[in-house]
Amino acid sequence: MRTAPLATLAVALVGALALASCGKPAPATYQVTLANMAYGPLPTDLRAGDSIEWINADIFQHSVTARDGSFDVDLPPKAHGRTVLTKPGQIDFYCRYHPGMSGRLTVAS
Amino acid sequence: MIRNTLIGAALALAIPAVALAQAAKPNDAQIAHIAYTAGVIDVAAGKQAIAKSHNKAVLDFANEMVRDHTAVNNQALALVKKLGVTPEDNATSKSLAAAAAAKLKELGKLNGKAFDKAYVNNEVAYHKTVNGALSGTLIPDAQNAELKGLLQTGLKLFTEHQHHAEMLAATLK
Repeated sequence: MRTAPLATLAVALVGALALASCGKPAPATYQVTLANMAYGPLPTDLRAGDSIEWINADIFQHSVTARDGSFDVDLPPKAHGRTVLTKPGQIDFYCRYHPGMSGRLTVAS
Repeated sequence: MIRNTLIGAALALAIPAVALAQAAKPNDAQIAHIAYTAGVIDVAAGKQAIAKSHNKAVLDFANEMVRDHTAVNNQALALVKKLGVTPEDNATSKSLAAAAAAKLKELGKLNGKAFDKAYVNNEVAYHKTVNGALSGTLIPDAQNAELKGLLQTGLKLFTEHQHHAEMLAATLK
């Protein structure tokens, strides 16, 4: 008599959790390749929690350095590096070695 | 009347310059040699700065010059090997090398802030000259597409270096 309502509650809870996870997509990882002294196309649908994997395909050392100090990824030639975007907002970044290389990430909540 | 005279004067000045440029048009083997020599010169200047300077910003810049120019020259060596081209010494390479040797000697006599300023000012001037040669002569005259592509990457890189040197020069005043 008491087990039936509990089982119903458990099913409802699982259902609710499933719905909640459907509403908010799982964090995604995007790849951005650096080549010929430039950052490749940047993802446009970023959300807080997503990651960017930076791939330096260039023959030169580069960096991805946030102007607000929130990240600084050093990328020797052919190296990879990762940035986790923890909060929403706009982040301007540049290369410390070649400051003319720059970009802006727009992160939604 | 005045206009025609002015145009005539301009042509009189321009034609010999064009004829000279055509006569001196470098081939790919010479272009590769000029670009490589330009890189070697800046690596040598950077190494001199690393040995002499105590300013962190100047040292960072000099290290960047050595690293980037070595990387692009290694790429150039790999490319000429692949293409079976032997870089050919020429008057432009010789005059670049002679001017650079004189500048190394001149800077070698300076120390401290005087050295830092002279090195960085020379880097601004040097990169401007090389960028002018790349965009005005070397890139347009290069026949091989891969060589042209590498020179274009070089121009992007050297333009960045010129801006970096200009920013640095402003902080050393």
